[in-house]
Amino acid sequence: MPSSTITRATVTRRGDRVFSGLSRGAGIAILVILAGVATFLFVEGRAGIFGDTEEMSGSDSFLQYVGPLVFGTVFAATLALLFAAPLAVAVALYISHYAPRRLAQTLGYIIDLLAAIPSVVFGIWGITVLAPLLTDNIYPWLNANLDFIPFFSGTVSTSGRSMLTAGLVLAVMILPIVTAISREVFLQTPRLHEEASLALGATRWEMIRQAVIPYGRSGVISGAMLGLGRALGETMAVAIILSPSDGYFWSVLTNQNSNTIASNIALKFPEAYGLDVNRLIATGLVLFAITFVVNALARRIANAGFSGADG
Amino acid sequence: MTATEQTLTGAPSPSGASPLTAQQLSRASRVGIATASVLIGLGINAVLGEVRWGWVVVIAAPTFVLLTYVASRLVEGQRRAVDRVAAATATMAFLVVMLPLISVLWTVISEGASRLDGTFLTGDLRLTPEDLMAQRDGVAAGGAYHAMMGTLIITGLAAAIAVPLGLFTAIYLVEYGKGRLARAITTMVDVMTGIPSIVAGLFAYALFILIFGPGSRTGIAGGVALSVLMTPVVVRSAEEMLKLVANELREASYALGVPKWKTIVKVVLPTAIAGILTGVTLAIARVIGETAPLLIAAGVAQSANYNPFDGRMTSLPVFTYYQYVQPGIPTEAGVARAWAAALVLVIIVAVLFTVARVLAWILKPAGLR
Repeated sequence: MPSSTITRATVTRRGDRVFSGLSRGAGIAILVILAGVATFLFVEGRAGIFGDTEEMSGSDSFLQYVGPLVFGTVFAATLALLFAAPLAVAVALYISHYAPRRLAQTLGYIIDLLAAIPSVVFGIWGITVLAPLLTDNIYPWLNANLDFIPFFSGTVSTSGRSMLTAGLVLAVMILPIVTAISREVFLQTPRLHEEASLALGATRWEMIRQAVIPYGRSGVISGAMLGLGRALGETMAVAIILSPSDGYFWSVLTNQNSNTIASNIALKFPEAYGLDVNRLIATGLVLFAITFVVNALARRIANAGFSGADG
Repeated sequence: MTATEQTLTGAPSPSGASPLTAQQLSRASRVGIATASVLIGLGINAVLGEVRWGWVVVIAAPTFVLLTYVASRLVEGQRRAVDRVAAATATMAFLVVMLPLISVLWTVISEGASRLDGTFLTGDLRLTPEDLMAQRDGVAAGGAYHAMMGTLIITGLAAAIAVPLGLFTAIYLVEYGKGRLARAITTMVDVMTGIPSIVAGLFAYALFILIFGPGSRTGIAGGVALSVLMTPVVVRSAEEMLKLVANELREASYALGVPKWKTIVKVVLPTAIAGILTGVTLAIARVIGETAPLLIAAGVAQSANYNPFDGRMTSLPVFTYYQYVQPGIPTEAGVARAWAAALVLVIIVAVLFTVARVLAWILKPAGLR
């Protein structure tokens, strides 16, 4: 039936056009949304940066306001990464090279479960379980014996609402993502590299040092950077745990801590009004910029060193 | 040398030990080292005062590593000793990481189970004077029904936006996209993955005060905030799954004269559906616990609000947060509600995780199961 073939052909072409238009439209919508995020933050935040500081509570200038917050954000995230990165690499190695083969997938799944626990739950767990544990057992000892190091000086917080507690909880929260990415690259180590190393008489650890770690290094670094990005933007756990003060504080054991940008927004936004709202939005823009740079660096490292380590 | 001869011939040595195993730490000696470490931990604790099991483990673990090293060094030599230390350390790292997971789950279950009752599931926070009196006497009052409804509505809205958007973007990237637009979209999806959740909340707030007026907080704003976080996750997982579909399937379909869009709908998507649904479920699990963006964009209310376009809407994570930091009088009542809400959240996430796995298995094409 020639006639029906012709009508079908026209219908299909229209279907194709509609469908490709829809999917291209969705792709473009993503670009628009992202541009929208930056634009709306800038439009609403502008008044907070350049507006009359007389009408805002506190600080004289925006830089003075955001400075300690940026410091606190970077400080907390760095602490978290310091704890999480070595542990995550060890756990990833355990899952990829030490655990029984049949268990490996399940163990990875358990670690992923850790990532799925909502941050607010980590927050209230941190303050009710972890903080008392640390203030009872570890903090006084650190303070008594190591107080010549600026980090451990000052008066120990009795409630445990200190930077170190916040950093530790953040570490637990970013551990899964760093572990997942490291595990992924470790598993991709070429079988032949590993077997060649073992065939030359290397022990398992020597094989890991010779074959697995050089191969996965850039992947691990980019995973750590992505974890850092997570920690920078993490809000609720810090908001619940940290006892914030205004200014720059190096000590990690006291009640006086520089707040993080995200936690400061969460704490102040619900009650803020007027230009204070705009200023908070402006700090959000700063946070967006910081995480953007960190994530871009992570991607660059991943792409430069190892093509398959796409997070 | 005799050892070499024995290895080559495979003959057992006179002493009965094979040369391949003769110089290895036996299982018995490893168990012995472990026992000794625990005893040393116990001993040190006992000498210093009361025995606290936490400290016993803290002392026993490094002792075990140290003793293993020494023993292995003496019996097996330096290289094997280092190997054993590495293995022990990796294993311990894994166990250390299990501690917070177990502790969190245990705390949430033990603290939350007591208030996870009928009142909690059906009530809200508009407490009558009688409720307040009862609460003062330790009787359970108040619930999170409104917060559960809020979470349902807001997450539903987020999924309604993010799933089609993410799926079509993934289809574009895999089936149509080449050249600069596709590369730009890929990069921007990466950037979107890294948006801090609170920034997404600020964006939705800034967008919707233009529509509903200054200071407005609505369910739809919360939904939009979550969809910003959810979309890149959906794109990523759907893209991965579509790429896995064998090209031969597409070519076979084209060869039969099936148009491209129909090939995608009837051949490509059904083949990848298991992975896509799993990805969507995990994306929902990821955003359902988000607190910060909803705190900013959707606010908090005391009772159910079914209209996402008008008025504030509480969600479970925000409920948890406020019940914990502003528990009211007496404190225990609010805190107990916070833990119960946390337990509900954890259960929801665990269920979603399980559903994702089951879906992945059920929907897999029969041949691949």
